[in-house]
Amino acid sequence: MMSDKTRFDAIVIGGGHNGLVNAAYLAKSGLKTLVLERRELVGGAAITEELVPGYKFTTFSYAISLLRPDIVQDLDLARHGLLMLPLANTFQPGFNGEYLFLGADSDSNYHELARHSIEDAEGYRELGHKINRLCFALKPWMDRIPPNSLSDDPEEVADMAELKGYLGSLDPDVRDLFDKFYNCSADEILSEYIESDLIKAMIASSGIIGSKCGPRSKESGLVWLFHKLGEYDGVQGEWGFHKGGNGGFTQVLAKALLSHGGTIQTNADVARVTYDNSGATGVVLADGTEYFADVIVSALDPRRTFMQLIDPLDLPGDLVEAITNYKFQGTAAKVNFALSELPQFPGLENRSDIYAGFTNVGPSIEYLEEAFADCEAGRFSRRPFLDCCVQSTIDPDMSPPGKHILSCFVMYAPYHLAESDWDAERDNLGDTVQATLEEFFPGFGDQVLHREVVTPLDIERIVGLSEGNIFAGELSSNQLFLNRPAPGWNQYRTPISGYYQCGSGTHPGGCVIGGPGKLAARQIIGDRKNG
Amino acid sequence: MPKTTPFHARLEPLNQTGIWKNWSGYLAAPRYQYSIANEYYAIRNSVSLLDTSPLFKYKIIGGDAKQLLRHAMARNINRCKLGSAQYTVWCDESGFVVQDGVIMHVAENEYWLTAAEPALRYFRNIARKMDLADVQITDVATQYGILALQGPLAFDVVKQLTGDADGLKFFGLTQTDVKGKPVVLSRTGFTGDLGYELWVRFEDAAVVWDALMGAGENYNITPIGTTALKMARVEAGLLLMDVDFHSSRYAWVDAERETPAELGWDWMFRRLEKDKRDFVGRTPIEAELQNQTNRWTTVGLEVDWHDYDRVFRDAGILPPKHELYRESTMSIYRRNDKEWDYAGYASTFVYSSLLKTPIAIAKIPLDLAMPGTEVNLEVPVIRRPTNVLARVASMPFFDPPRKTAMMNGDVR
Repeated sequence: MMSDKTRFDAIVIGGGHNGLVNAAYLAKSGLKTLVLERRELVGGAAITEELVPGYKFTTFSYAISLLRPDIVQDLDLARHGLLMLPLANTFQPGFNGEYLFLGADSDSNYHELARHSIEDAEGYRELGHKINRLCFALKPWMDRIPPNSLSDDPEEVADMAELKGYLGSLDPDVRDLFDKFYNCSADEILSEYIESDLIKAMIASSGIIGSKCGPRSKESGLVWLFHKLGEYDGVQGEWGFHKGGNGGFTQVLAKALLSHGGTIQTNADVARVTYDNSGATGVVLADGTEYFADVIVSALDPRRTFMQLIDPLDLPGDLVEAITNYKFQGTAAKVNFALSELPQFPGLENRSDIYAGFTNVGPSIEYLEEAFADCEAGRFSRRPFLDCCVQSTIDPDMSPPGKHILSCFVMYAPYHLAESDWDAERDNLGDTVQATLEEFFPGFGDQVLHREVVTPLDIERIVGLSEGNIFAGELSSNQLFLNRPAPGWNQYRTPISGYYQCGSGTHPGGCVIGGPGKLAARQIIGDRKNG
Repeated sequence: MPKTTPFHARLEPLNQTGIWKNWSGYLAAPRYQYSIANEYYAIRNSVSLLDTSPLFKYKIIGGDAKQLLRHAMARNINRCKLGSAQYTVWCDESGFVVQDGVIMHVAENEYWLTAAEPALRYFRNIARKMDLADVQITDVATQYGILALQGPLAFDVVKQLTGDADGLKFFGLTQTDVKGKPVVLSRTGFTGDLGYELWVRFEDAAVVWDALMGAGENYNITPIGTTALKMARVEAGLLLMDVDFHSSRYAWVDAERETPAELGWDWMFRRLEKDKRDFVGRTPIEAELQNQTNRWTTVGLEVDWHDYDRVFRDAGILPPKHELYRESTMSIYRRNDKEWDYAGYASTFVYSSLLKTPIAIAKIPLDLAMPGTEVNLEVPVIRRPTNVLARVASMPFFDPPRKTAMMNGDVR
């Protein structure tokens, strides 16, 4: 007997940001929608936790750029508390007191870059303008359901033709840059425009974030391009903090969902999706509880969506093969600190503005390559690349007055360690990160009040992202866009009627982007209309 | 925090307004006095002194310097003889304008260049592509400041400090010294008046500034900000980058770009058929000049002041004139039966206090380019778009003989 309490129109598995966005759209369209979240709180990898009283940690993801702007409007997020704070400054400490500090004024940035290389100051703008034009051209494709490259449906064929024609119509220099992003390393692309190692390393770090590649690996071009596709108020490639951290953002999404009549059930660990010959019928939790709906949406990563929640034997062989080969290989960790005061950079003491954005520790291409070499050898970097944010500099609610929290994104920390395991290495990783920060910010260690280490294994265990990959799958060309997560299955549907996918492992994920959740909802609503 | 120019210690106490703007990353005063008109009239009545150090400054030196410039510059560098300066422009391969600038032929195989935007990498890239071994292009932004001494009494001031100004022709230059400090003195400027510009070494900035101010004491020498300069430059018919045109390098689409012909710079290419240079953008530029296929041309616009007065009077308000200088786009329409028949736009609009009429720099299609052609200029009247009669005029609007006159001895 199906009670009203277990019967829904749509069930979304996983309360990460894409699951919440998807559910909110479905609820808004009039579907009775339930989100099932395994943990005690929603947000997935976008959560804020008060691990020490008064100190709020963005445990996992820590900044937002790629969030599709229309989601804010469609779901009326500002009314539910959306508050994106600009994150305009970038600080890159170098060796021997060298540094690069870029802010909101392009003229000042010119002179700051010119301190390192006058030609670079010009090359930086030239390259930036070209990337802007490219991202502008690609942007519309971030907001539409990608064509199915394997289909012979006339509509899909026409879509594919449109896409090809579109790429062909780009200005030749923009098209050329697009090809380079697909085929060249970040270092190789940069070498045409930038000679200063410090500047190059700062830019190239966008090409390695969360990915198993170094700045000289071919894959880094595409990772870099992907990170540039974001924007803040029309400034392409810019990032923002959400008030209260990324958890503040997912709480806003949860409120929007509830206001549209959706339901959230936490502590609800979905074991599997139920389906019969006519399609999806519901889900079963680990404790045996059953919920029923004709529409089931997995916001989990592709491996869980296809290999865990359903029986792969019910899937076509090519899809199973593609998902089996789908690469996660997480390489990132987080070490978050509560600090008694701001870190001090020699020569720029008592400057809080330098921390009001990203602080990039990775002063040269060689440094990044060495860090990557450790990763290739199956160990975490002895001198890691760090992407630091002291959100408490601009968001005082994050820490007690005068104190600070430091979110520190760490590369490389390979999921698979060759000669140890992550439970044994947790403190070693924390010590290594702390020592690296000590090197660039002398006295750092004395400022640490509390330290929280999040290994790739923790990311997998706590958030559920396979192998701790922060994007729910590598951002490589065979796993992006038309191929995300697999050719022919890039349109949010699955071989099981009524069973859909909407996680960061679908187009245009990853990152805190919301696009997969939104586009999947569009597909679902469209399918229901067409019966 | 923007940087300061080498003259800043002298300028800072002179700025009565306390307001500075950011010019290419340097503090620059839009005006020093509350009255911009006072500063403007120093340019036309006595003599003005302006710090233009935020301009980008380069030296191009070596046996291959001329070869580089022959190719990189659209205007022929051969005509820039030793001891003279040239207003020039460089274009991209499609014939769109990259930038304008003033190049000075200071010594054998040595050219100095000022530009509104960075151009070091740009020229070095061309030199690399040409495989020129003997040319060094260096940024000298932190070695030199520049002062512009402009106005009818400029010669009277400068001649007290150096005899080398004597007989210096329009666009001529000389290496001389002021109070024992070496300067390059050129008969150039952006005001369309008699005037000089001086390249001054950083370490000599205060000495040279003081010398000029001292020599100008009895001539109403007036430090001016950038607004007065800009008002004067419209009367002089001189275009400003990022206002009247944009660099093709940072444009998104061709609609944002302009060719030399579209900026009214056809005159730079007179006798092009005799000029055998292979310069960047030559093929499209030559074709456009021959076929007159340019989308626009740039002209002056003299607004009919009776009509200008009328539209404001009809609305019951005083027509705005005093110190009116606008860099916002104003649309131009054809005068016919259709009410808003778009034709082009004005990029700068100024009330010329000297000419007692509003004037503008405008882009219009070729069929409207004949001087005297009547068009409508859209002017906001109590925020409502209103058409005002304007007539196409050739530029410069104001071109006093003293600008180019031979200045020597006691000539005034």
